[in-house]
Amino acid sequence: MPAVQETVDRVKRIDVDQYRYGFETLIDSEKAPKGLSEEIVKFISQKKNEPAWMLQWRLEAYRRWLTMTEPTWARVDYPKIDFQDLYYYAAPKPKKAVSSLDEIDPEILKTYEKLGIPLREVAMLEGVEPKVGEEDPARRKIAVDAVFDSVSVATTFKAELKKAGVIFMPISEAIREHPELVQKYLGSVVPTSDNFYATLNSAVFSDGSFVYVPPGVRCPMELSTYFRINERNTGQFERTLIIADKGSYVSYLEGCTAPQRDENQLHAAVVELVAHDDAEIKYSTVQNWYPGNSEGKGGIYNFVTKRGDCRGANSKISWTQVETGSAITWKYPSCILRGDNSRGEFYSIAISNGFQQVDSGTKMIHLGKNTSSRIISKGIAAGKSQNTYRGLVTAHRKATGARNFTACDSLLIGDKCGAHTVPYIEAKNSSATFEHEATTSKISEDVLFYCIQRGLSQEEAVGLVVNGFVKDVLQQLPMEFAVEAQKLISISLEGSVG
Amino acid sequence: MALLEVKDLKVRVEEREILHGLTLTVNEGEVHAIMGPNGSGKSTLSHVIAGKPGYEVTDGQILFKGEDLLEMDPDERAAKGVFLAFQYPVEIPGVATMTFLRTALNAQRKARGESEYSTPDFLKKVREVSKSLNIPQDMLKRGVNVGFSGGEKKRNEVLQMALFEPSLCILDEMDSGLDIDALRIAADGVNALRSPGRAMVVITHYQRLLNYIVPDFVHVMSRGRVVKSGAKDLALELEASGYTQFEDA
Ligand SMILES: Nc1ncnc2c1ncn2[C@@H]1O[C@H](COP(=O)(O)OP(=O)(O)O)[C@@H](O)[C@H]1O
Ligand SMILES: [Mg+2]
Repeated sequence: MPAVQETVDRVKRIDVDQYRYGFETLIDSEKAPKGLSEEIVKFISQKKNEPAWMLQWRLEAYRRWLTMTEPTWARVDYPKIDFQDLYYYAAPKPKKAVSSLDEIDPEILKTYEKLGIPLREVAMLEGVEPKVGEEDPARRKIAVDAVFDSVSVATTFKAELKKAGVIFMPISEAIREHPELVQKYLGSVVPTSDNFYATLNSAVFSDGSFVYVPPGVRCPMELSTYFRINERNTGQFERTLIIADKGSYVSYLEGCTAPQRDENQLHAAVVELVAHDDAEIKYSTVQNWYPGNSEGKGGIYNFVTKRGDCRGANSKISWTQVETGSAITWKYPSCILRGDNSRGEFYSIAISNGFQQVDSGTKMIHLGKNTSSRIISKGIAAGKSQNTYRGLVTAHRKATGARNFTACDSLLIGDKCGAHTVPYIEAKNSSATFEHEATTSKISEDVLFYCIQRGLSQEEAVGLVVNGFVKDVLQQLPMEFAVEAQKLISISLEGSVG
Repeated sequence: MALLEVKDLKVRVEEREILHGLTLTVNEGEVHAIMGPNGSGKSTLSHVIAGKPGYEVTDGQILFKGEDLLEMDPDERAAKGVFLAFQYPVEIPGVATMTFLRTALNAQRKARGESEYSTPDFLKKVREVSKSLNIPQDMLKRGVNVGFSGGEKKRNEVLQMALFEPSLCILDEMDSGLDIDALRIAADGVNALRSPGRAMVVITHYQRLLNYIVPDFVHVMSRGRVVKSGAKDLALELEASGYTQFEDA
């Protein structure tokens, strides 16, 4: 850091300390008061013991945000959000300790069972803690083992990653421990000024993951299991940054098939991926946030900005998503294909039921020569939901030989839902080849009856047909997760027919 | 007790009566042929027995093993042993035939309170049956009926019949779209499944099929009723004289 900059930072820190004074009582509290202001941004930064540059970054974002307005182009409809009526900081709450699976809501257990999530993992997800000196029925035994396991498993993972030189930690820790990396890359893919929600996230982000894979390293494991068990409390403004240095490879899995509730209705995450020369990042998401009740009340608003930068030549970024939850989904995982011969992929399953509204898709921005991209989108709309695919494929003048293939298929279940496809295609040079295919079909009564005549229930039949419809995308998921996702898809459509 | 008793069945589709009081009794071990011109209501009868939505039964009843079939959901009927081989089997893209067979078989077994098949047992059973039907293993890896020829689709129906071991098999126009060789393979498969505990209702427009699957009884349907019943020779009579004699019945 240059000397001048350091001085500037010091001065700013003093400034922070003065503010802190006024926040004395607040500092001890677990929750910031409602509303958003510079004070709140500073409070968040202080709570996290952030260096001054980080606070400065947040404040700049906040000031920028004040000048912005919410985007309205998406095909989603919701009451206006009062951003001063929201909480922007709450200390992550430890889950209420329960001592056995018997204490967990049977409804929740039933869902886990349907998902086929092993009980030991349920115990971890639900935070079951062993009670000392109690008799030991089989069920409790599982729970006890599971908890002990999760600690040892995590430790083993950490040791193995360290050996490979992979940095994998909460971003709040990375800001303190690897400031040079965070400063270099944070906001380099999604600038603080990018869009209303990304800018808001930049100002108030809670936590998320940081991954750095050094040159030539193939990350020795899927960054998933560990994450699922330990990193669930990332909060409503999640921030994730993944960097794959030259010639490295990493596969990252976010989310959970288990149903997730949150007191905070608004979620605005930002994920940035950077792939250098010859590097590859595979990012998979399973999103199952609370979608609201049967009348469409409640439910999470999910406004996400995800973008990958194929910065180096021959780099590759692949997004795979299974979206089943949230009342509103606004999400376009995208790729900037900057390096020559780089490749972007987007595989998506978006399911909407009840009153859910999904507006999701991708952007493939071809900047480098001979860049290629592939988009496979499967939208399934049931109930009274609305499901929109929105995609943009562009080729810059210099992106000679750019290629894209897009296939968007929509499946309608029932006649009160809607599926929409909004593709934008823009080629600024004549050597680009863009192919686009789109289909919309209704689930066939004859196909359902065929399955039912062979003994499947109505719901099983719908699940089977839909799983067939999304097969191409499911295949992109890591194996163990594909099986869970398959079950999740069937469960999401329960009650959608008849 | 008869296996299947259709008594004075009246059925409407979209406000129009299609079956006007149809009666049919089928006992275990018997093979019945139902013949009749296009539009006489043969498929409608098969659909109503299987429980396809969209049909309104306004009168009469259907008993299966003495139980009221019309009170049961279609998947329940399947688990109880009612099997319908479709005239036009549908395609289910992305669902491997093997997966489908297994899901369906286990669903039926579960509904009957039986244990699910283990993977080796299931595979063994499928291999046996598919071999006898000349069904190559790679066909089972493809999506259900996706890209199957007409003959393959029908063989796939017979394969399922053999796997699920139903007590009542209804075959709707099994022969439509099949050349002689394909028909013979499918018919051989069906004949292999004839047994004292199982009954079959073979629906066909043409007598040809009945050379391969020889019925015990033949019923002639016209305009939503059974107008004549007899032994297998009735089919040959019809072949010679045609359906016109029944048109005014
Ligand atoms: N879904 C339907 N809607 C309206 N009419 C139908 C429907 N299904 C069958 N029908 C009518 O019912 C009559 C009997 O049809 P069907 O049972 O298919 O006869 P078959 O199988 O003997 O050729 C025909 O007149 C046909 O047009
Ligand atoms: Mg017919």
